[in-house]
Amino acid sequence: MQCLSNILNLGIKELRSLWRDKVLLLFVFFAFTGLIYVVSSATSIELNNAPIAVVDGDQSQLSKRIINAFYDPYFKTPDVIALSAVDPSLDNGSYTFVLNIPPHFERDVLAGKQPTLQVNIDATRMSQAFIGDNYIQTIISAEINEFVQGYRTVYTLPIKQSAHIMFNPNMTSVWFGSVMELMNVITMISIILTGAAVIREREHGTLEHLLVMPLTPFEIVIAKIWANGLVILLLTTFSLFIVIEGFLQVPIHGSAALFLLGAAIHLFATTSLGILLGTQARTMPQLGLLMILILLPLQMLSGGVTPRESMPDIVQNIMLFAPTTHFVKFAQAILYRGAGWDVVWPYFLALFVIGSVFFIFALSRFRKSVAFG
Amino acid sequence: MADENNGKKQSNKAKKPFSVVKLTQVTHRYGNNLALDNINLELPAGSMVGFIGPDGVGKSSLLALIAGARAVQNGDVEVLGGNMRSSRFRTSTSPRIAYMPQGLGKNLYPTLSVFENINFFGRLFGQEKKERQHRIKNLLKSTGLTEFADRPAEKLSGGMKQKLGLCCALIHDPELLILDEPTTGVDPLSRRQFWQLINHIRAQHSGMSVLVATAYMEEADDFDWLIAMDDGKVIGTGSPEVIKAQTGKKSLDEAFISLLPEEKRHDHHVLVVPPRQNNLKTDEAAIQATALSKIYGDFTAVNNVSLRIEQGEIFGFLGSNGCGKTTTMKMLTGLQPASSGEAKLFGQVVDANNIETRKRVGFMSQAFSLYNELTVEQNMVLHARLFHLPTEQISPRVDELIIRFNLKKYRDDFPVDLPLGIRQRLSLAVAVVHSPEMLILDEPTSGVDPVARDDFWELLIELSREQGVTIFISTHFMDEAARCDRISLMHAGKILASDTPAALCKARSADTLEDAFIAYLEEAVLESQASSALSTTTVDEPEPLPEIEPKIPPIGKKKANTAFSFLRLFGYAHRETLELWRDPIRLTFALLGSIILMFILGYGITFDVEDLSFAVMDQDQTPESRDYVQNIAGSRYFIQKADIKSPSELDKRMRSGELSVAVEIPPNFGQQLKRERTPEIVVWIDGSMPFRAETISGYMTSSYYSYLTDLSLRTYGVIPNLVPANIESRYRYNQDFKSIEAMVPAVIPLLLVFIPAILMALGVVREKELGSITNLYVTPVTRLEFIIGKQLPYILVSMVSFFGLVALAVTVFGVPLKGSLWALSLAALLYVTATTGVGLLISAFTKTQISALAASTVVVLMIAVNFCGLIDPVSSLEGFPAIIGKLFPTTYFLEACRGVFNKALNFSDLSAQFLPLLTFIPVLTLASVFLLPKQDK
Repeated sequence: MQCLSNILNLGIKELRSLWRDKVLLLFVFFAFTGLIYVVSSATSIELNNAPIAVVDGDQSQLSKRIINAFYDPYFKTPDVIALSAVDPSLDNGSYTFVLNIPPHFERDVLAGKQPTLQVNIDATRMSQAFIGDNYIQTIISAEINEFVQGYRTVYTLPIKQSAHIMFNPNMTSVWFGSVMELMNVITMISIILTGAAVIREREHGTLEHLLVMPLTPFEIVIAKIWANGLVILLLTTFSLFIVIEGFLQVPIHGSAALFLLGAAIHLFATTSLGILLGTQARTMPQLGLLMILILLPLQMLSGGVTPRESMPDIVQNIMLFAPTTHFVKFAQAILYRGAGWDVVWPYFLALFVIGSVFFIFALSRFRKSVAFG
Repeated sequence: MADENNGKKQSNKAKKPFSVVKLTQVTHRYGNNLALDNINLELPAGSMVGFIGPDGVGKSSLLALIAGARAVQNGDVEVLGGNMRSSRFRTSTSPRIAYMPQGLGKNLYPTLSVFENINFFGRLFGQEKKERQHRIKNLLKSTGLTEFADRPAEKLSGGMKQKLGLCCALIHDPELLILDEPTTGVDPLSRRQFWQLINHIRAQHSGMSVLVATAYMEEADDFDWLIAMDDGKVIGTGSPEVIKAQTGKKSLDEAFISLLPEEKRHDHHVLVVPPRQNNLKTDEAAIQATALSKIYGDFTAVNNVSLRIEQGEIFGFLGSNGCGKTTTMKMLTGLQPASSGEAKLFGQVVDANNIETRKRVGFMSQAFSLYNELTVEQNMVLHARLFHLPTEQISPRVDELIIRFNLKKYRDDFPVDLPLGIRQRLSLAVAVVHSPEMLILDEPTSGVDPVARDDFWELLIELSREQGVTIFISTHFMDEAARCDRISLMHAGKILASDTPAALCKARSADTLEDAFIAYLEEAVLESQASSALSTTTVDEPEPLPEIEPKIPPIGKKKANTAFSFLRLFGYAHRETLELWRDPIRLTFALLGSIILMFILGYGITFDVEDLSFAVMDQDQTPESRDYVQNIAGSRYFIQKADIKSPSELDKRMRSGELSVAVEIPPNFGQQLKRERTPEIVVWIDGSMPFRAETISGYMTSSYYSYLTDLSLRTYGVIPNLVPANIESRYRYNQDFKSIEAMVPAVIPLLLVFIPAILMALGVVREKELGSITNLYVTPVTRLEFIIGKQLPYILVSMVSFFGLVALAVTVFGVPLKGSLWALSLAALLYVTATTGVGLLISAFTKTQISALAASTVVVLMIAVNFCGLIDPVSSLEGFPAIIGKLFPTTYFLEACRGVFNKALNFSDLSAQFLPLLTFIPVLTLASVFLLPKQDK
């Protein structure tokens, strides 16, 4: 009973402290609103304005037709360049794609001579090269086929294959980006808030003060977790419904309540991690450097940026111990694919176990960190 | 301009001015806070002038203005015959002034040794090696620091740090020496030695003027001239005798109090401590410590301390900063475990987990330890709740304390806005909220003005004598120690003696407690001298002091005034290198950080889409349908999972994320194919990750076409012309289209902007935060020398890191370096010079290390990741992002890096990158110089 009331009172103190720090609060609020909006609507990794050039050796109706077939938003308006400019311009990165339409191309097509059109691709531009190549193939084939219709018969296909993109039919990148950015923000802010709260209390001597009062480290740590976790959970709810579903118009397929429950378990793990980092670092700058080294892998390798299955096995296995991996898994399952409890409970369990380990570790370091501070 | 000419003329004319400093209508504000209020003063030359008054009355601001460390806001400050507003005058005069700011070793470098610290200052004043070594040898000898020359400044005792500070200040023979609270927190013996040293120096340099600020009135008695200050105003000037005579008081302390304005001393009266009534019910000690020790590594903080404090007693702990008082108190409260020995509170062994004993104790730690974010009342209520006062008693108890501690006016204020004296009263109120039987107070009155200190003691006496509360208090004020029932004298972790103040004086037949303490200290020093040569206090002081200043031709002074000096630049570069080298966290981050991040990003930012799980819902189950499936399963991108039985299973397995692709083959597929009825196959792709979905879709299309080709070849023996032309894709520079080959060279520029910028920004802002930036303000070093000097070590570290990253890319990641390494190295050198410049620019806008860190992380990372071609090429960007991308160095180095690694480029091919990179360097450096102020505001 006393324990509960201590946890409650300490937590309220935590909330009051946060409320007084308007700059931090503003930053946190911006992260959950503006940052998510800007990042998810600005960046996309699908084909967008790819720079393209054409060497028009044919100067024919067909070659003009092909050049004119490339336009926004996938491609920039093609530049027509000389053959000698192909290598230098690819070398210095002016274009990702350079088409080379050979002389007599139109004549040879119509004559059924099957001429070759070359597509030079800068394969160091991973985000554009493969997808762009597919688009170029489709566009050019369509143009040529349309052009020759009426002149020659076109091959008919014995089988049709049609692709259906599930859960995001138009492959809108903001659907993906916004939710992933929300998850990055949740992880980042929860670690920053609790880590900084521990350091701030220690620098001001208030932590020491708490430890000479009839309080246990358990109560102090739990209070920090619930107070900071609650704030983040509220902001997450706000961001999910107002920013993501409202402003960015991203449909949420699954149960938001289930997602928030999972987010709460995730927050238990990350706030514990934040406290643990706060006990390890001696000063704010040290905490900052430490956080960069911890946060980046948590975010980059979680599967929220690039698919997990493409990473080396060892990385995949190590990342099973990171809370973000499981967070990303269940968040994608619930929010994108509308999965239910039966699918996500193993992730919840994993998160809870990871969180408990962080928590116990943080607790055991807590008193020591004050003693040596 | 008029000012400057004026200053020059005066300095030429007045060869020996009567006054060394003249202040006219000087007013200084920090935001809305008035620090100095219309000060008019003239300070006599060649004498020792003291500024007296408690913390926060404006002494430090005044001295900083005189030293040129702060810019004059209003009024005129004339020093050594010139106006300190003129930057030309400041530059020419700085070699004649020395300034030691407040705080133990504030302008020193903690990880540098004694010798390295002084050496650095010598370089700043343009002294050549021979001259420096000669001077340092003399200074060390005269201050008794010779045997500690190799010890890092952070491992020196307070008294020794101040001596080192003095050495650094005296390296260039100043005419005006400014010392801001040089003895605060230093033990009395070292304090006495410090003043002996100063007197000795003054005897050797008859013309030297010394300005000193101090909070110890007893020191001020020996000064030539005093200025008493309160609330930003001068409340009295004159020699100590004159001030005492004017006010009719015997001691300076009392004289100062009577100089205070009426409202501050209205209820002040001489404090009387009533004798202690020994009416104890038990003879159980409140505190009983037996042979308590605390050892950190090879340092003994507390050495075999035993003491016994009776219930109801006021027990004092007297000693300097760092002598082990705080550590002892922490062990008694269970905050720190003792290395050996035992402590008992009320007969119970101290145990960190014993909640019950803690309820009987109130604690007030050295630093203000209440919540600045909670109001006065909220702080008290919080503590009442945490001590589990019954709910109905909380508000009466808080009201009672607010009245008794006279806090009514401040009830809803935040502690941060209150004067220090009031805050300490609040801390005490909070410490007694649960009516403890014992109070442990660690230096509660440090920095508090004398009137507020007496107020505070009145409350303590009331608690002790009327309520029988045991009080254990530590202090470095002698007058407070004299009020205790019993005291322990503590030094270097040991208790020298414990008894009543009177008995201690008697035992050493001393008039004052201070003399008695010094006598005990001298004994201790002699003892330790006998036992070991490595004592923490200097031992050669009583010997006659050697000649401090053999005449050295002042070559330094001429040099110091040159516009640019490689010696000063090198001084900063050398010092920064030493500091970085000795800071494990920053050095690890600089070198190991980039390697860790290289692994993470190299593997993390991958555009490979492979090992995709797929399953088939084959509703046909004919050889034709199996043939079709086999074509997909044969691809290296796909891994086949168990077949799907029903549409609902398809849905479920896609939803769980188990499958990335599902292929649905319609019933009668084989039959329709044979009859040329064009059967349709449906492919379901998980679209939750759009980039992956696009790629999968591409794979599926090409596998479909390859099947058609294959089919036509088998059936008709011809390759079908799906399109009447061949479209041949040539993947250049990265034929296998491996993500790692393209991304690893792109990660190197990212890391070489991110980490150097952070380190550089931290490097400059650290100096602002820790106070050593003062050395830029008050020495002849110019901003350009400062900036380039600090930049060089980071460029060096970044280049080391560059070669490490290239080696890692080639060996571990297996990305071949096809072009010229020399060309790439040159580009890297230009690039890291520019990126450290970015860090410098950020440091101009930030004040604290944490904000520098946040700003560099957010700004640099956001720009470098999004706008510089890491993912989307810069030529794909439009509008604002495109402009940002073109104005950031990463864009150009990224192109160079991919060019050399992937495209086999050489020197001549990179000219389009060299030129922009080269342009960034002077632009960034000049902007940083321009934005860095040469004085504090």
